[in-house]
Amino acid sequence: MELLANLQLGFDVALTLQNVLYCFLGVLLGTLIGVLPGIGPVATIAMLLPATFALPPVSALIMLAGIYYGAQYGGSTTAILVNLPGEASSVVTCLDGYAMARQGRAGPALAVAALGSFFAGTVATLILVLFAPPLAEIAFKFGPAEYFSLMVLGLIAAIVLARGSLIKAIGMILLGLLLGLIGADTNTGQFRFTFDLPQLADGIGFVVVAMGMFGFSEIIANIERRASREVVMAEIISLFPTRDDLKASWKAVLRGTGIGALLGILPGGGATLGSFAAYTLEKKVAKDPSRFGNGAIEGVAGPESANNAGAQTSFIPLLTLGIPANAVMALMVGAMTIHGITPGPQVMSERPELFWGMIASMWIGNLLLVVLNLPLIGIWVKLLSVPYRILYPAILLFSCIGVYSLNNSAVDVALALGFGFLGYLFIKLDCEPAPLLLGFVLGPMMEENLRRALLLSRGDPTVFVTRPLSLALLVVATALLAIVVVPAVRRKREEAFQE
Amino acid sequence: MHGQKMSIAIRSPRDFCAGLIFLFFGVLAAYIARDYPMGSAVRMGPGYFPYLLGILLALIGVAICIRSLVIAGERIESANLRALSLVLGAVGMFAITIESGGIVIATALLVGIGAMASSESRPREVAVLIAFMLALAVGVFTYGLGLPFMIFPV
Repeated sequence: MELLANLQLGFDVALTLQNVLYCFLGVLLGTLIGVLPGIGPVATIAMLLPATFALPPVSALIMLAGIYYGAQYGGSTTAILVNLPGEASSVVTCLDGYAMARQGRAGPALAVAALGSFFAGTVATLILVLFAPPLAEIAFKFGPAEYFSLMVLGLIAAIVLARGSLIKAIGMILLGLLLGLIGADTNTGQFRFTFDLPQLADGIGFVVVAMGMFGFSEIIANIERRASREVVMAEIISLFPTRDDLKASWKAVLRGTGIGALLGILPGGGATLGSFAAYTLEKKVAKDPSRFGNGAIEGVAGPESANNAGAQTSFIPLLTLGIPANAVMALMVGAMTIHGITPGPQVMSERPELFWGMIASMWIGNLLLVVLNLPLIGIWVKLLSVPYRILYPAILLFSCIGVYSLNNSAVDVALALGFGFLGYLFIKLDCEPAPLLLGFVLGPMMEENLRRALLLSRGDPTVFVTRPLSLALLVVATALLAIVVVPAVRRKREEAFQE
Repeated sequence: MHGQKMSIAIRSPRDFCAGLIFLFFGVLAAYIARDYPMGSAVRMGPGYFPYLLGILLALIGVAICIRSLVIAGERIESANLRALSLVLGAVGMFAITIESGGIVIATALLVGIGAMASSESRPREVAVLIAFMLALAVGVFTYGLGLPFMIFPV
């Protein structure tokens, strides 16, 4: 059994004392930062990335993955306890989670979220183990034309799945693609959009963009919101869900896991879409939909399982095809590159210890999350009771030190400031920043593959539709786009994001 | 329409502004990219792809602007200029002082200016916060994690 041998290898790597420690540290730090209101996984990872520089690559990636689901999970805690979603994927958790908390049932809500997430994480890790190798096989058949078409599909999926206006999402992606091209052109060495600044010769760092648009601009927006909104904190009486709670939620956990895992694999997907879809589904199948919004436990169990499953399976396109499916994975690409690893199908064959070690550590990380969160919930509650006026200057400091220490460059900090301004502008204009970051990372890859594909076909653009795999990808992309333009589906989509 | 004067009004200020921003960046990118060698489809020069993207972005910007004249949308909420300028100003001060002034000065300025961004801040709390953050910046980041910061200006 090759599979078992691989898993064995993975656990051998992940269970070394050093790696378990880094996994634990990642989950702990991720939860710690992620629990702070207004900080999502993207800002958390960007902030903590420098802490992993000195580690060997395997440990660094294990720690980063830990930070990711720690942050994801921390966001849910905040959503349930203080009704403040740290990121889009826990928006729906607020609805029923906070309602439960106000009824004095915060404990069961947190427990069901933790157990549901653990179950979903376990299933999603298994899916990753089963599907990654065959997908990587297919990926080896990919030429530049297929890669280009795949990225087109990914971007279109990101547009379709983004919240809010489609056309504004297209604009954000195009702007992101352009920003990604800043710096020396890889083929000719020509400097592009550098305005004669030597600091821009290597392009803008992804952490700089992420920190500006997801960190600084969010802080400003939060300070602004704070003035108008008082936060009521719920108390935790008991953690244990009742028998009825468990009975009501286990099916929701199963459904959430399924839908989340599926949507996580899609390019452009990830955790957010899964949690929205799961909530809508739970409401649809419920005997009494009016309970939702008033503390229905299924409304916590479903979306929480879905977002954890999606968070896990969104690693699949990254690890097998080398294509990031969402903003968080875009950051992971950057992190891998810093450690000299090019994400793609070759990682599995060339660095099996890294690949399988990381997967095994995901399961361990999920286990640690449950162990860490249920008993330690008191600490997170304490942290949440610290007022925002004291938290945000600390967040600012960590962010600045994080950005600076990437390249020891003060110019990077100044650039992040610029992106903070742009990000705030886009918040005011109701433009989602996530598609921009995705475009930013894909920009250079897309150009490179477009060039190569057309060079190989001697300038014949039909190459994208005459190669069957490429054609298939483009057909899916067109279908996706066509579907959302159909009025009925469009209404559904708006409905799903309305919740 | 029925003899009435057609009036053109911006029905969605948010979308209109977003469209203008996209239009601006699109035109700017295409204009700059024109100076780079275009090449041909077979051998794309460095100007080809950005020029294409710039044109596309400008078109999207125009489309959003036109749409904002037809479909009504929300007004732009007023910005909190105090939060905006003080948060970004604090970050700017950090960027200016970190290399010449060292971590102590940069941290004190960042936290001090940044804290004033919120109208809820209290002076005594800010003082304690600065002291605490200084201890963290020097103790954990500089000595603990070994980041190459100068402590004080030499």
